[in-house]
Amino acid sequence: MDWSYVVQYAPFFVNAAYMTLFISFWGILLAIVVGAVASAIEVSRIPVLYQVTRVYIELSRNTPLLVQLYFLYYGLPKLGLLLSAEACSIIGLAFLGGSYMAEAMRGGIESVPKVQVESAYVLGFSKSQVLWRIIFPQSLSTAIPGIIANVIFLIKESSVVSAIALADVMYVTKDIIGMNYDTYEALFLLVVTYLIILLPISIIGTVLERRFDYARR
Amino acid sequence: MQGAEILLQATVWSRLLKGLWVTVWIAVASVGFSIPVGLITGWLMTRKSVIVRGLMRVYLDFIRIMPQLALLFIVYYGFASAWNINFSALTASLLVFVLWGGAELGDLVRGALESIPRTQYESAYVLGLSSWQTFTKIILPQALRRVLPASVNLATRIVKTTSLLVLLGVVEVIKVGQQIIDANRFQYPSASLWIYGVIFFMYFIVCWPLSIVSRRLEKRWSHE
Repeated sequence: MDWSYVVQYAPFFVNAAYMTLFISFWGILLAIVVGAVASAIEVSRIPVLYQVTRVYIELSRNTPLLVQLYFLYYGLPKLGLLLSAEACSIIGLAFLGGSYMAEAMRGGIESVPKVQVESAYVLGFSKSQVLWRIIFPQSLSTAIPGIIANVIFLIKESSVVSAIALADVMYVTKDIIGMNYDTYEALFLLVVTYLIILLPISIIGTVLERRFDYARR
Repeated sequence: MQGAEILLQATVWSRLLKGLWVTVWIAVASVGFSIPVGLITGWLMTRKSVIVRGLMRVYLDFIRIMPQLALLFIVYYGFASAWNINFSALTASLLVFVLWGGAELGDLVRGALESIPRTQYESAYVLGLSSWQTFTKIILPQALRRVLPASVNLATRIVKTTSLLVLLGVVEVIKVGQQIIDANRFQYPSASLWIYGVIFFMYFIVCWPLSIVSRRLEKRWSHE
């Protein structure tokens, strides 16, 4: 391994990491919104919407992100819907992540025993008080480990966006291997970049898990 | 729906199904090889030796934190130049899937083994069962129930991840789809919409039943 090459290529990886983080950030944010709405629909069992949500969750969980991206990026323009590679990637991550987030959040909500809700009503709590003071804090506590696992999962999945020509970490790695044959240097920087991005999140995750563990204590 | 006629050609379907067969075959082989690796890894993870457990921890954590595509690159490009062996893309992919599946399965096996109370081993010993009998009659049936739902789920993840192989040049269902789209670029300009749509549902049809099985097993065995 030639360290001078590592130094030379490092700036490319910094830029690429920004791209990975940019796509992941917006994708995950949207996925959380989609997941919150979907889990709310699932728990409240609103007819029609419930069935639509179930179909969405099954489709999203049982298909690969790469195929979803190819469909968005190469398929949809044939219907006149032309999206940029960035938009496709963010929508794809949100489509995939939405169902994973929904499952984690639903698990959280369902972990709150029914008697608690009933008791709260009997004690004269209003509907919004029950939601925000009884259900939300406890379901957050149970859902957080799952949500963090999903965040890490989605950042990892974002490596697939290189397939539709977005210059993320994987794309830059492949470029350097392909153009200059500096395989070790590129792979070394690839591993280091993902470790720098994902290790802190995984550590913060463990800390948050402990911090929010009150529902089970 | 202009362009959908491409799906009326019988050859398109037979070619896509052949591609899907390759995908399924790779997934089945990966799962098959992962099982012994996972059992050994899980067993090693429950050893008393700090060094063995430490090594296993690093192995599992590294596999977990790296995107699967990055692992594929490391093996396909890195191993090839490191030891001067030319893996085919297929061999490299199988190796990655087995390393990944083995690590994940190993962690499940570890969890299952650790969840069985010590008293059961001791009781079996007192009742005069040999250690082989204890393992096959007492430990294994219980461990299997704890491992199986999540393992089926892991299998669906492996199926979905085989989609990445197209990026290394393995000719599986997506690659076949791309070939069909390219070959019909002039006759059916909107083929990409239909072909990728069909591939999307092909993956769904393979993975969905597995997801249902996993969920059923989990429900049935979670209360025992």
